[in-house]
Amino acid sequence: MLHYLKSFDAGIAETLVVRPVSRRAFLGGSAAVFALGVFATRGDAFPTWETGATGMPHGLVDDPLVFVSIDSDGTVTLVAHRSEMGTGSRTSLPMVMADEMEANWDMVKIVQAPGDEPKYGNQDTDGSRSLRHHIQAARKIGGSVRTMMQRAAAAQWEIDPAEVRVENHACYSSKGNVLSFGELAEAAMAQPVPTHEEIAYKTEDQFRYIGKGEVQITDLHDITTGHAVYGADVSLPGMKVAMAIRPPVLGGKVVSYDAAAALALPGVVGVYPLPEWNAPAKFAPLGGLAIVADNTWTAIKARDLITVEWDHGPHASYSTGPYMEEMKATAEQKGNVLRGKGDTDGALSSAAARFAQTYTQDHMAHIPMEPPAALASFADGKLEIWAPVQSPYTTRTDTAAALGLEPDAVTVNVTLLGGGFGRKSKADYVTEAALLSREVGAPVRMQWSREDDVRHSFYHTASAERIEVGMDDSGAVTAWRHNSVAPTILSTFAPDPGYQFPVESGMGQIDVPFDIANISCENGQAMAHTRIGWFRAVSNIPRAWAIGSFVGELAAEKGQDQLTTWLELLGAPRTFDPAAEGLAEGFWNYGEPYAEFPIQTARHINVLKMAAEAIGYGKELPAGEGIGLAVHRSFVSYVACAAHVKVLEDGTITVPEMHMAIDCGFAANPERIRSQMEGATIMGMTVALHSGITYQDGAPQQSNFYDYDVVRSSNFPGKVVTHIAPNGFDVHATGVGEPGVPPVPPAIANAIFEATGQRKRHLPMGTSV
Amino acid sequence: MARLNVNGETREFEASDDTPLLWALRDDLKLTGSKYGCGVGLCGACTVHVDGKAVRSCQTTLGDVGAAEVTTIEGLDAEGNHPVQVAWRDLSVPQCGFCQSGQIMQAAALLTENPKPSDQEILDGMSGNVCRCGCYQRIVEAVRLASTGS
Ligand code: FES
Ligand code: FES
Repeated sequence: MLHYLKSFDAGIAETLVVRPVSRRAFLGGSAAVFALGVFATRGDAFPTWETGATGMPHGLVDDPLVFVSIDSDGTVTLVAHRSEMGTGSRTSLPMVMADEMEANWDMVKIVQAPGDEPKYGNQDTDGSRSLRHHIQAARKIGGSVRTMMQRAAAAQWEIDPAEVRVENHACYSSKGNVLSFGELAEAAMAQPVPTHEEIAYKTEDQFRYIGKGEVQITDLHDITTGHAVYGADVSLPGMKVAMAIRPPVLGGKVVSYDAAAALALPGVVGVYPLPEWNAPAKFAPLGGLAIVADNTWTAIKARDLITVEWDHGPHASYSTGPYMEEMKATAEQKGNVLRGKGDTDGALSSAAARFAQTYTQDHMAHIPMEPPAALASFADGKLEIWAPVQSPYTTRTDTAAALGLEPDAVTVNVTLLGGGFGRKSKADYVTEAALLSREVGAPVRMQWSREDDVRHSFYHTASAERIEVGMDDSGAVTAWRHNSVAPTILSTFAPDPGYQFPVESGMGQIDVPFDIANISCENGQAMAHTRIGWFRAVSNIPRAWAIGSFVGELAAEKGQDQLTTWLELLGAPRTFDPAAEGLAEGFWNYGEPYAEFPIQTARHINVLKMAAEAIGYGKELPAGEGIGLAVHRSFVSYVACAAHVKVLEDGTITVPEMHMAIDCGFAANPERIRSQMEGATIMGMTVALHSGITYQDGAPQQSNFYDYDVVRSSNFPGKVVTHIAPNGFDVHATGVGEPGVPPVPPAIANAIFEATGQRKRHLPMGTSV
Repeated sequence: MARLNVNGETREFEASDDTPLLWALRDDLKLTGSKYGCGVGLCGACTVHVDGKAVRSCQTTLGDVGAAEVTTIEGLDAEGNHPVQVAWRDLSVPQCGFCQSGQIMQAAALLTENPKPSDQEILDGMSGNVCRCGCYQRIVEAVRLASTGS
């Protein structure tokens, strides 16, 4: 097969065609030649908008020559530069490119980019950013290639490009000439890359794949036949397998160890100390000892034979019980004021009635189905990695730094991720593999056990969130005080300040959308005693938990139904004016420009009403059943959850029905939006009922599914229906990976209260009432 | 020397009898479709068939298997078109996909034993298989589809 662009072997995408700048400049001068094609929308009919993408490290790349190559047989190879962990971005973004290109999906091949941000732009697959930041670039890339095809065909036929129709993987002239994409590949890819204004974009009614939800995920066949490749599925000749014994308490050090029995086991290569962990360590490995063996089973057996004496270090007194009490006490005090609107203290002291509650949550570990695993091969001063990582470029720079290499000496190949949820943004497990490969002089696969994963996570923060309101004589809320106390993610990156940073307070606390005259959002101190990291939806989970549950409690307090209380608090539909609301200028809005992604309460109200109506909120229910509502904006998407809870006679909490209503702007791939919402109800119910990592003497007490269980098919939200708010392309598409989770736990708690009169104020709440 | 009948072939390789089938499949035979998810029999990611019955390969040693017939996801159907696999694709079940080999093997064995399971039998039969991404609704629908054709 002839390749006009170098093929993408070993997952590395490199084009041989480099467009000289001067040719592009020449084209710019002749833009007027290219009049309207069949796609009547010119660049100005796809008005672009600013996003936070340009502010990310290495920004945004929308060069088609970086992302597209076409073979003479018509195969269109598209680069996925975001990691695939189940959200479908590896399919959805290429699908957008293919549609705007008029490529046929069955002729599209997708290759995964290695970690190379200078080439591809930012690759951090987190923050529900893939679609939000890249849908415009994907259209631009696709539209560019279509335009280049059109021009190449026109040149061949010596006609005006406007007379060339591009459709179904081919170009057509009015005289009946046809040239396929394969036939045109070489000439088209040698055309200058058009500017945005030169591209005749499709109108929405011309989309074939975008917005339809009919394209299957690209890895579907491989997944269902066992051929999909995840982190532990790559092998190299001579490869060894490593496991590790890491300090039970964060910052602990090995005092002494006895590995004699392990080393006597046939197939054991050696036992190696890992570099000690010192705060703030970012994503550096935790230290301890590594066991390297010929295969996994030998490594597992050898590990069990090693005894270690530890110095547990400064966090050995961390225990959840007293720590939680301390956080609750701190939350009772006034904290640092992060948002001050009106005079909350004054309004509270003069209120006719006051009402306060505190909501807490234990730590959580992500436990992606695939525990951390990575293969590293260090030889001749070069390091090559195969790993399931959310941030391949950070993995590259982290491993380079750990081995004292230049990033150029490191290649990071990205496998599929068996789930990520934020855990796999932090590549400590890859660095371990890299260090060990150098140590033993062979390729090494580092394999974490599930116990390792549960005990050595970058944990979701533990929290106490106290909300107090003041009401006037009529029961209207006049003052809102919310003090959030939780150890900060910042402690992973810098000496622990004990206070949250704007990214955390921006996640559902200071942006509370309620129409209340006096608002004070505060933060009290809490020091971190374990590694704190981001977990799908991050601080939005405790905030939505607190605010959503509080609204339910307030409704009961006022003798109203939940919907009425939600709507009263949200007030008349309005676009939030940050200055008038007491928000600091430039407050963190998920990294997005506020003007493009403002807080619009009409959208909260809309999704809330959609979910409430769909579940039949207000209908009569048998004893022991109830419906709970919650709505939350996160990652600039709006999601409401309506949960129908049925408490069985033995107290078991079941959720026979759940409705998720989402406004994520333009819905690029409704099928994957639905699958993310379905998944969010499961993870949300798991967060609600099961997920608690607790500490005793500095160490997590949970280890595997025995004591850190998840929702299973024996008891999951039985019937989940997703309702997607319809929007045109001009309503900026936003992400769906995270925003589904936060409203689920409070909706369940509100439903439990309706069903039983019992109010849950701690996560996890347990499986029964 | 271990000897294993897997996917219709007899394979010989160096491994002790106490080796869990999962690690023999993955490390020695490079049949990586069977996944490690917990190692203690609580997640089902490692599910394979031994003489047609679903077993957790992390809890089954080579000694346990002996001369029995092992089928992994790679050998479930030569073309990958077992009715369960087809149903899985028709309903776009997977998210990350990591649990799905085990889910499919569990479902296939369930339907062999009970070709027309009730909804409750499906829920019970699949409850040992964790999907952290939360695909249960589609998993249950796909088992039903594979069983009844609707
Ligand atoms: S890996 Fe065997 S049941 Fe989890
Ligand atoms: S699809 Fe990800 S664990 Fe099931």
